[in-house]
Amino acid sequence: MKYGGLILANLFRKKMRLALTIGSFAVALFLFGLLAVVRGAFNQGEEIAGANRLVVANRASLIQPLPLSYADRMLRIPGVKLVAHDNWFGGIYQDERNFFGQFVIDVANQRQAFPELVVPDDQWQNFVKDRQGAIAGEKIAQRFGWKIGDRIPIKGTFVQGTWEFNLDGIYHGARPQDDVSQFWFQWDYYQERVPDRFKGLVGWYWAVIDNPDNAARIAKAIDQEFSNSAYETHTETEKMFAAGWVKQMGNIEFLILSIGSVVFFTLLLVTGNTMAIAVRERTAELAVLKAVGFSDRFVLALVLGESLIMAVIGGTIGLGLAKLFTVTVGDPTQGFLPYFRLPLETIVAGLIVALGVGAVSGLIPAVGAMRLRVVDALRRV
Amino acid sequence: MVRVDGRGDGKSLIQIRGLDKTYQRGGEVIHVLQGLNLDVDQGEFVAFMGPSGSGKTTLLNLLGGLDVPSHGSITVAGDEITHMSRGRLTEWRARHVGFIFQMYNLIPVLTAFQNVELPLLLTNLSKSERRQHVEAALSIVGLADRTNHYPRQLSGGQEQRVAIARAIVADPTFLLCDEPTGDLDRKSADEILGILTQLSKDQAKTILMVTHDPLAAERAQAVLHLNKGVLVEGVAAMAGGA
Repeated sequence: MKYGGLILANLFRKKMRLALTIGSFAVALFLFGLLAVVRGAFNQGEEIAGANRLVVANRASLIQPLPLSYADRMLRIPGVKLVAHDNWFGGIYQDERNFFGQFVIDVANQRQAFPELVVPDDQWQNFVKDRQGAIAGEKIAQRFGWKIGDRIPIKGTFVQGTWEFNLDGIYHGARPQDDVSQFWFQWDYYQERVPDRFKGLVGWYWAVIDNPDNAARIAKAIDQEFSNSAYETHTETEKMFAAGWVKQMGNIEFLILSIGSVVFFTLLLVTGNTMAIAVRERTAELAVLKAVGFSDRFVLALVLGESLIMAVIGGTIGLGLAKLFTVTVGDPTQGFLPYFRLPLETIVAGLIVALGVGAVSGLIPAVGAMRLRVVDALRRV
Repeated sequence: MVRVDGRGDGKSLIQIRGLDKTYQRGGEVIHVLQGLNLDVDQGEFVAFMGPSGSGKTTLLNLLGGLDVPSHGSITVAGDEITHMSRGRLTEWRARHVGFIFQMYNLIPVLTAFQNVELPLLLTNLSKSERRQHVEAALSIVGLADRTNHYPRQLSGGQEQRVAIARAIVADPTFLLCDEPTGDLDRKSADEILGILTQLSKDQAKTILMVTHDPLAAERAQAVLHLNKGVLVEGVAAMAGGA
């Protein structure tokens, strides 16, 4: 690192400018980090979707139910290994702002359908035996400070009254991206209390299939099985279902990409301008370096190196702050974006983007410095 | 020995033969140097004088490998530099040439020590060896106690002394000085010229200096005059040529 002193001295030449340029990178990469977090949160459903799971919903709308009897008929279709059902409950815990997903689950098939959502055996057994039992994701339990054995009251919305649950277990995800913010309770308890018009009706089915390659054929077969009935179905892969869910909220991907592009283009202009000024100010010095015997490539690397160092420092600060934000503040939507995390891959991608911007913005001034003729440069001074 | 007639014995440190330099400015061709010959032996201290635009700095740039001639050859210590590539010229400069500029051209964000150390960064010397060389060079110019000072903390004369230390630290074959006292008061100029004279006498350093200052030129062993791109020897010759 015998050139370290030279590089550092040049970097700290104008401390305010250095701070502002690094600050620009930090702000841009902080925004990049948050946008990536939001994008990841919206796309989480797609990312965690089981490749061998199909979602079977009412063709008219997801909020329209399907008969419980469909399960057996689906199981008879070749390729369908397992069928589980779910209902959306939509209750309120203490306050409407305390949103989290509550699901009426199919106790017999839940664990086989979702092996990635892990419940310890003893807790699961207690839950199975307890009609009013419930299982919460570790994130939601942590959020409300729930412990196993706690009594949890939830006020019904479309099903009136207060529902009391015993927390028998807490599940966690086998992968970091798994949704651990759900609340599950038993189908039998639900059936016991709902009005007659809701009895025997499920919200949607999960069909676990033998081979993801057969998904299209099996989905078609399921929909054909129930065509021309009172409850026609619409079957698709879990991934497509999740993607459709996100699309209902608008083109989030485009929005995030647009904002990100504007931010980075602006950063490119700011940094490019800074580097151009920095090089112009030191024309004579660069000429002297060349006169002394430093090569054109060295001068190129010197200027480019400064740009890249600023990018890395600013990028690290920005991404560090974004990570800190996700860890300390967390999901600002109070539960709508349960997967509000900044994964390592995104941090690495952010640093690569920062380096890219640093390289592009430093390239033109660096090439100019490289091509600088000593005689011309000294004549200008 | 210094000769301008092109009849040197071929053993001189610097040999210039038939050197032409022309520039194209607009549609006009400007002949800056015309058929210039020069032989300079090791240890000579040569001053180049002449009116502005006579080609003094151009000659220095050509000698330092910063520019390439239109015609002719320059040979330094056996190396014919006129046909070297840009990259090779850069390496050659690092080994053979020490530059001293009128405006000192120190790097303001580096200390005196770091400025002087710059040429040594291109060598394979260790850190402690570099330190020894830098301290020796700064001692020669009388600034051993200013190693950690930045250029802004030094006077003009001191800055130029640091520049001289930078020029000699890697022990180059010769020094090229472009108006080294042009921006200094008389006292500081005398100090700088004293150091250059000492380097020439005590260390047999070959020095080629461009100057407008007759008092500076007096310190040199030979004074050459450039007029309209042609080199002539001695004061009388200048008077005749001008």
